[in-house]
This record gives sequence, structure tokens and C-alpha cells, in this order.
Amino acid sequence: MVIAVLNSGDTAWMLISTALVILMTIPGLALFYSGLVKKENVLNTLFLSFVAYAVVSVIWFIYGYGAVFGSDIHGLIGIPTNPFFQGVIESHALYGTIPLGLYAVFEMAFAAITVALISGALVERMKFGAWMLFIPLWLTLVYLPVAHWVWGGGWLAQLGVLDFAGGIVVHINSGVAALALVLLLGPRQDKRLFPHQLTYSILGAGLLWIGWFGFNAGSALAAGQLATSAFIVTNTSAAVGLLVWMLIEYLRFGKVTLLGAASGAIAGLAAITPAAGFVNVMSAMVIGFGAAVVSYAAISYIKPRLGYDDALDVFGIHGFSGIWGVLAVGLFASPFINAAGTGLLYGNAHQLAVQALGIAVTFAYSFVVTLIIAKSIDLTIGLRVSSDDEQQGLDLATHDEIAYRI
Amino acid sequence: MKKIVALIRRTKLDVVKAALDEVGHHSMTVTEVKGRGKQKGITEIYRGREYQIDLLPKVELMMVVDDADVERVVDTIMHGARTGEIGDGKIFVLPVDDVIRIRTGERGSDAL
Repeated sequence: MVIAVLNSGDTAWMLISTALVILMTIPGLALFYSGLVKKENVLNTLFLSFVAYAVVSVIWFIYGYGAVFGSDIHGLIGIPTNPFFQGVIESHALYGTIPLGLYAVFEMAFAAITVALISGALVERMKFGAWMLFIPLWLTLVYLPVAHWVWGGGWLAQLGVLDFAGGIVVHINSGVAALALVLLLGPRQDKRLFPHQLTYSILGAGLLWIGWFGFNAGSALAAGQLATSAFIVTNTSAAVGLLVWMLIEYLRFGKVTLLGAASGAIAGLAAITPAAGFVNVMSAMVIGFGAAVVSYAAISYIKPRLGYDDALDVFGIHGFSGIWGVLAVGLFASPFINAAGTGLLYGNAHQLAVQALGIAVTFAYSFVVTLIIAKSIDLTIGLRVSSDDEQQGLDLATHDEIAYRI
Repeated sequence: MKKIVALIRRTKLDVVKAALDEVGHHSMTVTEVKGRGKQKGITEIYRGREYQIDLLPKVELMMVVDDADVERVVDTIMHGARTGEIGDGKIFVLPVDDVIRIRTGERGSDAL
């Protein structure tokens, strides 16, 4: 019988990983988004991420962790048996070789960033109160179940769906939710993308890239070979995504842009997320390549054609690249990297089918439930700010603050 | 006294300032502005969308000088700011009713 013992190397790494993932939200994602909006909305945009992080932090340790990782009920949800995390830390319980509390707070950071990601689609026009209401409702009704299905031993996990660090749970989930929300919210009066401070976005992209090592390599839950493998392929996919987006722009415009490069990197990172602990370097290059292509297409062709105002391309980048990455697991998962996953390339066609199922289920569930939540908020307090407020800018209209004092 | 407002290229500001120093006209107010005229706009690309921008960054130089100095100042600015290409800018000359130095209360030409 193997008795679990706390490994300080694993624990140290996971503590750092957790901090890295939190850094991705505050301020990584916050900065990435806020640089892209008009200067009158920069503070509100930052605020969306910060407040999402705070609300999730609180709810997670009341019942969130338990709902995802507690005892399973019919594969649908977990039972939170320790509300307010009572007694858990005191019990010194372990999860593998790390403290259970550490596993819980690590997972909290994933929940937080998933919610924060959605904010990018709705910038410059959503009521702050509506966002604050949306956060706990969406976390509870969408994130917790989906995370349980995939990571908490729920029915998708039982069917064999593989998602190393959150292609389904984080990227597809948030991407699809963003789409649903903006369909109800409606487009901005000014839909043009004129970043007021692109340097913030690049800073944010850098923080996201670095933080992603905690996100993906940390999902190995140990400091060792698998974490190293995940670290390397994460970086590879990001780098290839960056370069390929540049290539696409060069072919299209004869010029390469920094925002394009950063977007390509994020697409590559989103795509490798579900695959980080299952694929080798060569596959990671293909994944990064595909991510840049599908996300570029989503933003440049699909979005304008269908007309939805996914302002900062949450569905375009996280949704599409997430879908590609989750499918890529079904193609490229190598049993030599991780015994837990074998893809089509190594003779197992079934995984691809299971991955597709996971995508379809999450897409449908997140879309429908998000619509219901958003509609409910709209019918009660309203989703959208007034036209005057939208024109004045949300920093002043919502918060009585201005970012740049001349 | 006249107010001289010159809209010039950003890249020409240092040249014009130095030339004005040489003819003894040191004081001025400089503002960064955006404008359009005959010059073609520029294209900006963000996430695969091209945007045509026709308001271009320029510099506005404002000076108030004695009537007798107007032609010399205008010539100096023109020489410094001209490239011969469309987009060199314009100079406006306007009448001024009075000038007051805040520190001393001097008025008129004494305040220039």
C-alpha cells in the first residue's frame, strides 16, 4: 500500500504555480484587455478582472472547491462537504504529494481566470452591477459543473475525455459563454478596435505567457518530468503561434503587427492548454500553427460575417483555439509522454471521438446556461449601460474615476 | 502685435525652434494636434482589420510678435518647416488686442 507523503519539492513548485496562475488574472489578463479598449474605459476593464478574481476567491472556499472535487453525484456535480473549507487545512490532508489545500487554491486560480476571460467580450458597455451578479451565477451554474465533469471525476472524465489544464474547462467554456453573453448584450456603438495603450496589452501578454507555465506545467501537480514536458510544449506552441500569426499578416497585409504576434502567442497557449501533458514538441508545433490559423480566421472572417461584437476576441481566440487544442489531444496524445493518453497518431481513434463529445457537450451547456443567466440579469437589473454612459466612458460613468489626468 | 499660428510637421519642430532662436524669437507655445488637409491619411492594422486614419499628428506653434517682426518670423518658420511635399502645413496670422506679462503687469509690446 502506498502511503501519501508530502513532497516539499512538489509543494514548493505548486505554490509557485498557483501564484503564477493568479498572476495571469491579476494583472496579466487585466492589462492585456485594458490596453485594447478606449482610454475612457481602461479602469473599468481592469476592474472586471480584479473583481472577478476576488468574488471567485471567496466563493471557491465556501463551496466551489467541494462542488467540483467533492464526492460525485451521478457524474453531474460534487458534494461540498466542508463549507468554508472548515477543518480541511487543519486536517493536514494531502492530495498526492501536496497539501489538499494547495490543490484547492491552485484550482481556484483556474476558476477565477475562466470567469475573468469572459469579460474581454463585453467591455465598454456592460453594467458593473450586472457583471458582479453574473460572476457568482456563472461560476456556480456553469463553471462548477463543467469542471466537475472533466476534472472532478464526473461523467465526461468517466467517458475518458482528456483535458490537461483546461482546454474545455477554461477556454471553450469561457469562449462560448462570451459569445452567448454578447449576443444578448449587443454591439458597442463604436466597434472599432483602437487600442489606447497597446503597450499594456503586450505587458499583459508577457505576464500571461509566463503565468501559463504555472497553468500548464503546474497541472502536472508535481515537480518532475511531466511538468517539464508540459513547460516545454507550452512555450513551443506559444512561439509557433506568434510566428505563424505574423506570417499570416505578412501574406495578407505585407506588414506584421505586434498585436497580431501577441494574439498568435495567446492562441498557441490556449490551444496547448488541454494538450500540455500529453503531446511532444513536434505535435506542439502543429498545435501552435493550427491555433494561429483558426483564431485568425475566426477573428477576420467569421466574426465580421456573423456580426457579433466579441470585442476582444474571447470566443475567437479562446473558443476556437480551445476547440482545436482539445481535438488535437485526440490526434496527438502520446503514451510515451503520458501513459494516460493515446491519440489517433498512436493508433487510438476513440480518443478523438471522446474529445469531440466533450467539446460539443460543453459548447451546448455553456452557451445555453449562459444565455439563461444573462437573460435573467437583463430582465431584472439590465445588462447594458445607457447610451450616454457608453459614450462618456465607463470609468467616469460607472466609477467616477479617470485613468489619465492631464 | 500679431498672433502667429503655425501648423507644421512634428519632425520639423526642432529645426524651426533653432531657427527662431537665431533670429531672436525665443518665446512660443507648442501643442500637439491632429489635422488633415491635402495629405493622404495613414492605415492602422489591429487584429486583421485595416482602419484608415485621416487625422494626422502635427505640431502647432503659437507666438505673439510685434507687427514689424511678422514677416521675418513667418519666413523663418517657412524655411525651417518646408520639405516641398504635401503636408508641410500652414501659417495663420491674426490680430492681437493686448498682451500682459503676469509677473509684472506690463502690457503691449513691453510684455512681448
